[in-house]
Amino acid sequence: MWRDAVLVGGKDLRVELRSRVATMQVAPYAILVLLLFGFAFDQNHALLTQAAAGLFWVAVLLCSLLAVQRSFSIESVDGTRDGLRLSGLDPAGIFLGKAGAVAAQLVALEVLLGFGVVVLFGADLRDPGLLVLTAAVATVGLAAAGTVYGMMAAGLRVRETLMPLLILPVVAPVLLGATQAWMAALGQSSADGWKWMGLLASFAAIYVTIGILGFSTLVEEA
Amino acid sequence: MADMDPVIRFRAAVALVGRFPVLAGVDLDVAQGEIVLLQGANGAGKTSLLRACAGLLRVVSGDARVLGEDLVANPRAVRRRVGLFGHATSLYDDLTAAENVRFAVRAAGGPIAAAGPALERLGLVGRLPTTAVGALSAGQRRRVALAVLAARDPELWLLDEPHAGLDAEHRDLLDGLIRDAVGHGATVVLASHELDRAQGLAGRIVTVAGGMITAAVDPFFPKASMHVA
Repeated sequence: MWRDAVLVGGKDLRVELRSRVATMQVAPYAILVLLLFGFAFDQNHALLTQAAAGLFWVAVLLCSLLAVQRSFSIESVDGTRDGLRLSGLDPAGIFLGKAGAVAAQLVALEVLLGFGVVVLFGADLRDPGLLVLTAAVATVGLAAAGTVYGMMAAGLRVRETLMPLLILPVVAPVLLGATQAWMAALGQSSADGWKWMGLLASFAAIYVTIGILGFSTLVEEA
Repeated sequence: MADMDPVIRFRAAVALVGRFPVLAGVDLDVAQGEIVLLQGANGAGKTSLLRACAGLLRVVSGDARVLGEDLVANPRAVRRRVGLFGHATSLYDDLTAAENVRFAVRAAGGPIAAAGPALERLGLVGRLPTTAVGALSAGQRRRVALAVLAARDPELWLLDEPHAGLDAEHRDLLDGLIRDAVGHGATVVLASHELDRAQGLAGRIVTVAGGMITAAVDPFFPKASMHVA
């Protein structure tokens, strides 16, 4: 399973590096979203700082949709999904590889967006440990849930429009938990950020388990 | 050979796409080392039969065994042991020809050292192995897909219109590849509308119509032909 995961994840990341979709389209899109939020709340800088955590995670969420769509669009042309099925790769390995590649792209994006939030919105990093751990766990949850639902929609002609409808409601707990944990870490809320991180960890564990156990059926039925 | 289990053994095999029976009770035996040509009109069920043999199209009733694996119970079991070369190339446009072949070989658990000689055999030399597949011509893409097949060296080759898109030189090369594979113990089933060329390869011709086998002909002994329906 792990050998197959490394193989599929490496292939997906190589395809992304070559196509430059992540660097030339997804990353500029993420920065644009942040800038537009900045323009919208420009007259109220205090509000912008207060909302920085939520805006960051909304931007990450929107970009995760693009990353997941891209991950499955490369398996939807010229029989590549049949090629994967014929290879005899372990479906759990395919899931972990594809989710891992999406997560790696999201991590790079979060570093970029985090820098943007600090510079543009003037966010103050009070608890870097909670920030980093929350980001890591939320990223795993987003990538795992996105990969499960991405595979579910992969074989459909309407996948581009259906995928956001499937994924956004499902990952709403990630948006809520990550925003609350980050607000605590940025000193903007008195809530216990670690409890919210626990919720995120549970979400990630559930979807990683669903992916490992259920991806075989999804690959066959897609 | 007579006491060996056939590589393909279908009995009253039925496969559905949606609710439509694309295979409507197929009876077929293919022995090891045979080259069998499937012929029939468009929509007769040739591609469906090849996909069923590859474990990609589920057989829902009847008996279907390929390389000893029961396709009705577990169609995944046979996939790593067969190679399917069809209309689609299953290649990633953003990867180079060599990367595509290496990925396919590693995914199938084969030796990565087989990639280089396979590319060379298909005439993919010079800058071609390091060129992104998306930048190659249709014929070159098909040669890369054939290099994947050659490098994987499966026990059963399933070829759907294999000569399409290839020039005369590479059609000859493909025929040589098929004969070599059979020489090394592989079995080949091919579907083709280019009967002149395909009949020169095949040891047996099977006619498919309406999702069933309707006739089987030995091209060297046509009087021994069997008309099933």
